[in-house]
Amino acid sequence: MDSFSMRIQIISIVISLILLIYSARLIIRGKLRAEYAIFWVALTLLLVLFSFWRDGLQFFSDLLGVYEAPNLVFMVAIGGVFLYLLHFSIVISKLKDDNRKLSRDLALLRERLEKLEKGNDEKSPGSAAPSRSPEGVGLPG
Amino acid sequence: MKKLAIVIPAYNEEHAIAEVVDAIHRLGNIGDVAIIPVVVNDCSADRTAEIARSLDCVLLDLPCNLGIGGAVQTGFIYAFENGCDYAMQMDGDGQHPATEVPQFVRTMCSDNAPDVLIGSRYIRRSGFQSSWLRRTGIRYLGFIIRLFTGLRISDCTSGFRMLNRKALQVVAEYYPDEYPEPESILMYKNAGLSIAEISVEMKERAGGKSSIRDFATVYYMVKVSLAIVFTYFNKQIKTDYHG
Repeated sequence: MDSFSMRIQIISIVISLILLIYSARLIIRGKLRAEYAIFWVALTLLLVLFSFWRDGLQFFSDLLGVYEAPNLVFMVAIGGVFLYLLHFSIVISKLKDDNRKLSRDLALLRERLEKLEKGNDEKSPGSAAPSRSPEGVGLPG
Repeated sequence: MKKLAIVIPAYNEEHAIAEVVDAIHRLGNIGDVAIIPVVVNDCSADRTAEIARSLDCVLLDLPCNLGIGGAVQTGFIYAFENGCDYAMQMDGDGQHPATEVPQFVRTMCSDNAPDVLIGSRYIRRSGFQSSWLRRTGIRYLGFIIRLFTGLRISDCTSGFRMLNRKALQVVAEYYPDEYPEPESILMYKNAGLSIAEISVEMKERAGGKSSIRDFATVYYMVKVSLAIVFTYFNKQIKTDYHG
């Protein structure tokens, strides 16, 4: 019984540490946006804490009135979900970044296009280019 | 003739934008530096784009709301691609008075000019000083920046800044979209750029809202602190990687 729970503790320590290192690596490499990073650092630290502090787990399962085994199952299941969520966070971060680049380039291209079109209008006789007052439009005061 | 692009990020600034652009035009040329106002409309819901189109300025009209950082970066890229020697950021809400621009230009055109010049409210302590809570936050961020860079920046959240081409190249590559000001100081430092501060007066905003609302202050502090730490370590990795 004792060696069994010892083994499972080592496993959970290793898993949560890997999770911690992995999320830290992602953050440092810039693959994870800082707004998601806060969540992940806190979460993995919590996992590490509980895999070392076994009595804490016991304490909380006593407090909540659950046995150790279901608790463990929960942890594994939740761990899986977390990994999946982490994956989503990366995807969303990348999407947001791509979006930004696209919007930015679109705005820059639009400006160039408008400038070109205006140039053409001015060249072709008869068509009035949109007037732009050199002084700008002043507001009173 | 040198060119300075003044980038004005504008999000729902229909009431202030015309006056900001007008104030820039009133400056004329400063020495041998010609000024080009560049309004970046960050997908405003109001008439900002329409008004800006009628003004004598370059208008960059973003199709999605990118946040202040994305808008400013777009303007800086425009400046870089169009051969501007300098670019400056000036808020669209009238917080940054155009009358302070000449002293930026003079400093940036002097010998041993820095690559990045930051306008600070807290050197002479005149003009609008912001609330006590904000000042405390700014002091705290300044402390974090000093911890990681050794730089003493008195107003690290100030967006009133002037960059030369060397700095523009750095910004064109990457710029944070949310609350970019404190984090970008680390980027500049990592890129080996020189940073200096200059005393300016700011006004209370004429229209629009601060991008940092009061209830989000804690989130702002945590996020910016983390961003600074991550930017610092990011540099360490790159340095290790390239030997």
